[in-house]
Amino acid sequence: MIPSAVPPKFKVEIDREKCMLCGRCVEECSWGVYRKERDRIVIYSNRCGACQRCVVMCPRDAITVIENTTCWRSHPLWTIEVREDIINQSKTGRVLLSATGNAKEYPIYFDHIVLDACQVTNPPIDPLREPMELRTYIGKKPKKLEFEFVEEEVEGKKIKRAKLKTKIAPNLKLETPIMIAHMSYGALSLNAHLAMAKAVKECGTYMGSGEGGLHRALYPYADHIITQVASGRFGVDVDYLNIGAAIEIKIGQGAKPGIGGHLPGEKVTAEVSMTRMIPEGTDAISPAPHHDIYSIEDLAQLVRSLKEATRWKKPVFVKIAAVHNVAAIANGIATSDADAVVIDGFRGGTGAAPKVFRDHVGIPIEIAIAAVDERLREEGVRNEISIIASGGIRSSADVFKAIALGADAVYIGTAVLIALGCRVCGRCYTGQCAWGIATQKPELVNRLDVEEGARRVANLIKAWTLELKELLGAAGINAIESLRGNRDRLRGVGLNEVELKALGIKHAGF
Amino acid sequence: MEKEEVVVIDAKDMDYRELNEKIREILDKNPSIKKIILKNVLGQRYIGNGIRKRDLTIEIYGVPGGDLGMFMSGPTIIVYGNTEHAPGNTMDDGKIIIHGSGGDVTGHSMRGGKIFVRDDVGYRSGIHMKEYRDKFPVLVIGGRAKDFLGEYMAGGMILVLNIDREGKDLGKIKGRMIGTGIHGGCIYIRGKVDEFQLGVAADIKEFTEEDREKIKGYIQEFCKYFNLSDDIREKLINSEYTKIAPVSKRPFGKLYTPDLR
Ligand code: SF4
Ligand code: SF4
Repeated sequence: MIPSAVPPKFKVEIDREKCMLCGRCVEECSWGVYRKERDRIVIYSNRCGACQRCVVMCPRDAITVIENTTCWRSHPLWTIEVREDIINQSKTGRVLLSATGNAKEYPIYFDHIVLDACQVTNPPIDPLREPMELRTYIGKKPKKLEFEFVEEEVEGKKIKRAKLKTKIAPNLKLETPIMIAHMSYGALSLNAHLAMAKAVKECGTYMGSGEGGLHRALYPYADHIITQVASGRFGVDVDYLNIGAAIEIKIGQGAKPGIGGHLPGEKVTAEVSMTRMIPEGTDAISPAPHHDIYSIEDLAQLVRSLKEATRWKKPVFVKIAAVHNVAAIANGIATSDADAVVIDGFRGGTGAAPKVFRDHVGIPIEIAIAAVDERLREEGVRNEISIIASGGIRSSADVFKAIALGADAVYIGTAVLIALGCRVCGRCYTGQCAWGIATQKPELVNRLDVEEGARRVANLIKAWTLELKELLGAAGINAIESLRGNRDRLRGVGLNEVELKALGIKHAGF
Repeated sequence: MEKEEVVVIDAKDMDYRELNEKIREILDKNPSIKKIILKNVLGQRYIGNGIRKRDLTIEIYGVPGGDLGMFMSGPTIIVYGNTEHAPGNTMDDGKIIIHGSGGDVTGHSMRGGKIFVRDDVGYRSGIHMKEYRDKFPVLVIGGRAKDFLGEYMAGGMILVLNIDREGKDLGKIKGRMIGTGIHGGCIYIRGKVDEFQLGVAADIKEFTEEDREKIKGYIQEFCKYFNLSDDIREKLINSEYTKIAPVSKRPFGKLYTPDLR
């Protein structure tokens, strides 16, 4: 036998002086780290993923979780992670599964971009006193407006009234350019979905349904939900398409470009089976491609098909992962009657993705936004389609930078989950989430208080919105529209010439 | 004024949006209408898209474009001609009867309802069909199917009769990669199919008398729609079929190593 266990990642310690043996940790830890044995709590550190649920819930603050310090001989090439992965894979012969977003140390361009502010010549605006417009419309804008003049009699006088002749395509009206990304019910719990739905309704923005239909409990919020159509077509019928505010075709996802999805049978509970419209306990497999889409023309056909199903009343978005030729693809999408292109960068989160994809496939969102915006401008269609950016947006500063690089709005995902309690432990695919977020187990789901969750998420969106206003005011801009693609308000710090060119920004000092 | 039961639309040179909106308007104005006849159809897409009306029949003369009856839930569409790709795409309920051939991905992601194709279908037909509760999609193909029939199939039934228009046998089928990735539902092909023609996750199972009972009704329906003689019907019912079903319900269950330290 070749012993193949790797040392535990974390070490859990209980301060035995403080511990009163209440057993709370045993109850709270869904990973089975604790067991009570007569007058002692036994610890299995190897099961710990540092989700901190026990730490937070222990009434005596007796628990500490630290990184395990077991020493591996250090080596610059054969890192601990590499060695651990090889040991694990040689044991099982299978694909490594992971969650959250890209965990490799690629440059985070957002952290190498700084913002501008007014000094002396161009006075800043105080958003607390002066109007500041964050309202954003997502959808097709007409190339030009045509009017006709009709003669009318008003109080005995004949006047000519101008009437808009151009038909305006339906748009989504956002009070803030921050929306919640598509995370499916099935991957997430119903309570997590309900909390997000209440929050977006309150904030005048929208959330994505994710693939897999819409739970009946979310129907009251449907006018703030963008329903998703992915390759598996789970839960998709005429009602689903017509009930939401818009429809999004999911082609790809930043965490795993080029591959499909797979919800294991264990997660297809009675409720999930109802919304996905598949039998309980069966695997829900989303093929890598949509098999009715092999070209941009086919994509246009699906866009129009969804338009037909909704009698051209709903905006249709197309979501793609940011890959090398993202600009050309986005341009194709712009020609297809789609109202918005969603670009998901390689840091986009996930509940389950092969690690090799999460960490190695796709390109940074900052560069993708710049490339797409640039190309659509060159083609003269930028104004006709909206750009929604997602994948690793962590703060209002990231939102601001994304919009200045060329996005109309952003989707945030992981940040919202953190607001709901998530500690980014990265084990969502196990369905054991101790915070009641990425699980279907009723006893865990019940831990997540919907009202409180909704308040937290709404708070987060409101706080970022306020910060956006402040940042805009400082830059002397009073409408988010004027920030869009306004790369002159950005400067790079510590970036080389190629990177600056890809981002379309100048270096600080110029 | 008595409302008409049947309306005829001449689709000559008509754009698809105009044609489909016309159908919607007719349905809005006269919800009790029973039949809409479309003449001179040439490539117009999305006919019948998302319509929910059980007692409606749409007769199409000509060749409709792609995504015929997409998201449809209830009506019957009868096509006197061939169809482009993906008829019955993500269909929920209803019937599509094609007096000709269906294009690629016929019955893509169908959740319910029935499709009867008198002649052949293209590649990847019946892909990702899935059943749910009382919904059970059925795709009956009179002639033959190209490769990847029933790919990713998750539920429902595909029946390949392997006959020409006169009801004569077409000989051993040629398709490959049949049922690749199948994890639910069942494919019946008249005649012999070799193991090498199957895709991953598909398996040949014994065709039992119980299976014969299951397909009988659909054969009768097929013969009725396409006016085939009693002799042909009896021949089809009493022929030998190859039954193709999933090796397991979880073909990809053992793919991953969770990183659970
Ligand atoms: S929750 Fe804290 S006090 Fe209670 S048994 Fe666990 S470690 Fe001890
Ligand atoms: S959702 Fe739950 S399981 Fe997933 S990373 Fe957050 S805390 Fe961990």
